[in-house]
Amino acid sequence: MIEFSESFHTAWRLLAVSDARLFSIVLLSLSVSFGATLIACAIGMPIGSLLAVGRFPGRRALIVLFNGLMGLPPVVVGLLVYLLLSRAGPLGSYGLLFSPTAMVIAQAVLVTPIVAALTRQVIADEWSEYREQLRSLGASRARAAVTLLWDGRFSLSTAALAGFGRAVAEVGAVMIVGGNIDGVTRVMTTTIALETSKGDLPLALALGFILIAVVLSINAVAYAVRGWAERKWG
Amino acid sequence: MGVSTWLSIDSLGLTEGTARIIESATLTLSAQRSVVLGPNGAGKSTLLRLIHGLLHPSAGRIDWPQPLSQAMVFQRPVMLRTTALANVEYGLKLKGHAAPERRRRAAESLARVGLEHIASRPARLLSGGEQQRVALARAWALEPELLILDEPTASLDPASSREVEHIINEIAASGTRILMTTHNLGQAKRIAEEIVFIDRGRVVEQTAVEQFFTLPRTEAAQRFLQEETP
Repeated sequence: MIEFSESFHTAWRLLAVSDARLFSIVLLSLSVSFGATLIACAIGMPIGSLLAVGRFPGRRALIVLFNGLMGLPPVVVGLLVYLLLSRAGPLGSYGLLFSPTAMVIAQAVLVTPIVAALTRQVIADEWSEYREQLRSLGASRARAAVTLLWDGRFSLSTAALAGFGRAVAEVGAVMIVGGNIDGVTRVMTTTIALETSKGDLPLALALGFILIAVVLSINAVAYAVRGWAERKWG
Repeated sequence: MGVSTWLSIDSLGLTEGTARIIESATLTLSAQRSVVLGPNGAGKSTLLRLIHGLLHPSAGRIDWPQPLSQAMVFQRPVMLRTTALANVEYGLKLKGHAAPERRRRAAESLARVGLEHIASRPARLLSGGEQQRVALARAWALEPELLILDEPTASLDPASSREVEHIINEIAASGTRILMTTHNLGQAKRIAEEIVFIDRGRVVEQTAVEQFFTLPRTEAAQRFLQEETP
């Protein structure tokens, strides 16, 4: 119990003095996960919208596939990306393994199905409301998919947030492809895992606080922005 | 009033599962303003959607002696999450009009429905009546040769209904053919030249508006008028 309270005390001290090591880890963690979420949105949102609006062979199978991939185990994704980026792999020549770029790729692979599946749901709801009007005005399905992505932008923030939450909280994939190298690829979750295994709880605890605070803050801001936007645009 | 046939429907049918929504509907339209009347569930809205191409018939055919540009206004206006002006512009954008021209035409169209003062307001926050007028402006901006309206005043208060009706008459006066459904018999009298009466998916009567309201030919139409007239 004493050790637990001491850990809390040290964690607060690290936060209070803006410990440089702590903040470099936080910064890397956020930049990797933001990057991965951006890529996942750029790929997953158009896919989700086309799955909602389009009519093509294999569409239902793709919907089932993307829904299923939402539960991808991070370690399996890490392993696959590791094999792709390792020296003997097809992308080995780029030398990306054990770099933040590799971590962004792994997280993007993990998050894209989540963004695509949630986007499909949002756009499918919009499509049921707008379909007749858009078709009456002469919009092709592809055009409708783009229009609905823009029109549903506030609702889609939830898909992006879910993706970011998944990315920033995962540990298995970034551990495998990043290697948890101090000062290079060490992020919040991998540090928490490492420091806990070493018995150095204060740093792990401080990072845990920050991780939770970051996720809550981003959700709170997004919730507020969405509420404002809905009041403004209906 | 145009006298040449602009739409010919022959033995049109639409089946959903085992239900026959439209059954062997045959119809020739030549009047400039036609109103489709009928009891709830008669298939009025479905018929309009078939004519507009939103639904595909299971049987029969729809012939256009000459192709007509069309627009449709629905019972519940659907507005994009943007300004009223951008909503009107959207239809023009889809038709490939350049930005300056569509901005001008959209602004003109909004002015014609008396809403130029709310051009920059978010469309979804407007009242139901205003949204329906924006929807009419969006359709009118396209300068369609045929405007199809599916109960455009059904969810509006009397004052908004009158405004919408006035705009429909203005659009008709500009030369656009009107084909609409309504539950408001007074409105049908004021707008229509010709009534198409349908019952249980069949076109049972097509007559001039005066005759329909004074001496309907079919029993079904007589019964409908008795039930609908207060």
